[in-house]
Order: sequence, then C-alpha cells, then structure tokens
Amino acid sequence: MSAWFSLRKWSPYAVGIALGVLSWITFGFMSKALGTSTSMVKLAGAAECLVAPAHADANAYLAANIGTAAKRKAILDWQLALVAMLPIGAFVSARLARAGGEPRFVEHVPKVWAWRFGPSRPLRYAAAFFGGIVLIIGARLADGCTSGHGISGGLQFAVSSWTFFGAMFVSGVVAAFALFGFEGRKHV
Amino acid sequence: MSDTLTTLAVTTLPLSQLASAAVAPGKELLLGAITGLVFGFLLQRGGVTRYSVIAGQFLLKDFTVLKVMLTAIVVGAIGVYGMRSLGMEVPLHLKTATLWGNLVGGLIFGVGMVVLGYCPGTGVAALGDGSRHAIPGLLGMVAGAAIYAELHPWFRRNLLEPLDLGKVTLYGQAGVSVWVFVVGLAAIAVALFITLERWGANRPTAHPAP
Repeated sequence: MSAWFSLRKWSPYAVGIALGVLSWITFGFMSKALGTSTSMVKLAGAAECLVAPAHADANAYLAANIGTAAKRKAILDWQLALVAMLPIGAFVSARLARAGGEPRFVEHVPKVWAWRFGPSRPLRYAAAFFGGIVLIIGARLADGCTSGHGISGGLQFAVSSWTFFGAMFVSGVVAAFALFGFEGRKHV
Repeated sequence: MSDTLTTLAVTTLPLSQLASAAVAPGKELLLGAITGLVFGFLLQRGGVTRYSVIAGQFLLKDFTVLKVMLTAIVVGAIGVYGMRSLGMEVPLHLKTATLWGNLVGGLIFGVGMVVLGYCPGTGVAALGDGSRHAIPGLLGMVAGAAIYAELHPWFRRNLLEPLDLGKVTLYGQAGVSVWVFVVGLAAIAVALFITLERWGANRPTAHPAP
C-alpha cells in the first residue's frame, strides 16, 4: 500500500475512479458538488471589500456571491476551504512521489512554451496571468469550470455542463494548434 | 468593556467586519478542506497538474485529461444516481442551462486553459507541484473574476437571459431513464479507452512509465 502511494504516477483510470468516488462522498454526505471557480469570485470580492468596499457593495454580481456589508454571505466557505487545500494535497502527493524516486519538479517556463516562445520568464508569467483572466471570464460566463461543469455537472448529465464541456474541448484543441502548431506535439 | 471594544472593532474595521460574517461554520470548512486535500492529491497523482499533460491533451497527443475526466464522470454518475435509486436523499446540483453562456463561456475557457496551461482546479493544485508560473496564473484568475463581475450585466442581458432552459438534464430532455445515459456513456468511454490504448497515440509525456 505504501509503495502504491510513492509510485510516480497512478493510472488515469485509477485517478478517475477515485475522483468519482470523491464526488459520491461530496454529493451524498456533504450535499456539495466539487467545484473551484466560484472561489475566484470570493477572493476577488474579498479583495475589493478591502480596497473599495462601496464599489464591491454596488456590484450585483459580487453581492450575489459574497453579499454586502449589511448582509454578508460566507466568503471562506466549503469551496474556498477546498481550493485552499488543493496545493497542499498536490504537495503531499509530489513529496511521496519524490520519496519513490521522482525527481524534484520546478517549472518557470514549460518546455513546449520555451520551444515556441523562448525561455523568457516575464513573457511566460505575463501569458499565465492573461490566460488566468481569460479562463475565469469564460468560467463565470459559463457558470462553471472543469470541476463544477466537467466532473460534477457531467456526472449529473446537465445540459449546461455538456454544452460547456464540448465547447471547451473544441476551443482548446483549436487554440492549442493555433498556439503551438502540429510541430508542438513533438515538444509536449 | 471588551464587548464594546469588539463591537467597535467589528463595525469600524473593514477587515474584522469581513472576518465576522464571512466565515462559514467550522464543520463545513473542515469537510471542504479534507475534500480539497484529497482532490489536490489526486490531481497531482493523475499528472494533470503539469502543463505538458494539459497541452498534450489539447494537441491530441496525451489523452490523460480525457481519461481521468470521463472515468470520474461515469463512476460519479453510477454512485450518485445509484444512491438516489436506492432511496437515499442525495440532492442534485444542476447548473442552469443558459446555453449561450455555457457555449461562449466554454469557448473562452478553452483558450484560457491552453494559454495558462491549467483549469482553475489544476492551476491552484499546480502551485503545490512546483509550477511557478501558476502563481501569476492564480493572480490572473482572481483579476478575471473581478473583471467578470463588472461585465456581468452586459453578459446577462445579451447572452444569459435570451436563452435559459433552466436546470435541465439530457435524460430529462430526452424523456428517458438516467440509466440509459449512464450505460450509454460508460459504453462510449470503454470503447474510447480501448481504442486509445490500442492506438498507442496516448503515450504519457510528463511522467514516463517507470
């Protein structure tokens, strides 16, 4: 068993089964669905409350997510606690894998990115920042991301979620080939 | 005296004001934290906290992401609808089918996912797996949420309100039992997985097999 935990990687099917079982637990025993992107709204709202509270209160979308100063909704909630622990879980997994022989992994500029756009860290960081902006605008417009729509909505066969899933996949494939081209396949 | 001070602090300082009402009950936070710990562990274990694996999926070279997600969906559906069929009280959490929003949002999301190299969950998890560029990525995600909050009225008017089917499901729309879809999707997934494994076009890249 301990050897299994220090394996470098599990089969994607094993991981998928475990994620499926995790959603039985969240649906059945916590009355929650796995999701992450609403937490970004909570974080943005919390930041705005600190620097521009009046502006935050006046925004209907933020008010729907975090309430207003007069009637505050929970900002640190189930999902934000989940999101806060994601890096810890990944860190524990990575450390166990390292104990099993996996080399230490630190990435500033991904290999395929460096091949296509050069090794510049500022350029990659700027792209990651910009990508993050685009990603969450898409997720909030669609009302979910790869976990909320992809896994939780997908397993419920929600029309919204399968529409999102199809659109996201097609768009991602087009974007990936536009960005890296067919040659890029040799560098991932 | 201390009550007065507390009241004063709570009503005057925005930070403590936030803190007083903005935190959910401890049990809920503990359950969320445990879920996140397991979720993050599994994402790293599956290799999907790596940029090359996500990019490899969209370049149709490494099908790890699709394998993980489809398996999770099929297994999750069997359990969640299984519990409901057994009479357990398991509420659904369906998201509203505002189809233009789901569609356009998904198209935008796909571009962001390729440029950032992560989705929100894997991007945050990647912070714990050595990805330094996930840090500006996370800052971008929070900025994106703030920007979306400003744009929401426009999106609501032009994309969300014109077509809203409500919280509908595929099996509900088709008028069949959910199990038709569960069995159908499971069959498609198994056929796809067998094809992918035979095809051999799906060699994992970031974590070569030991």
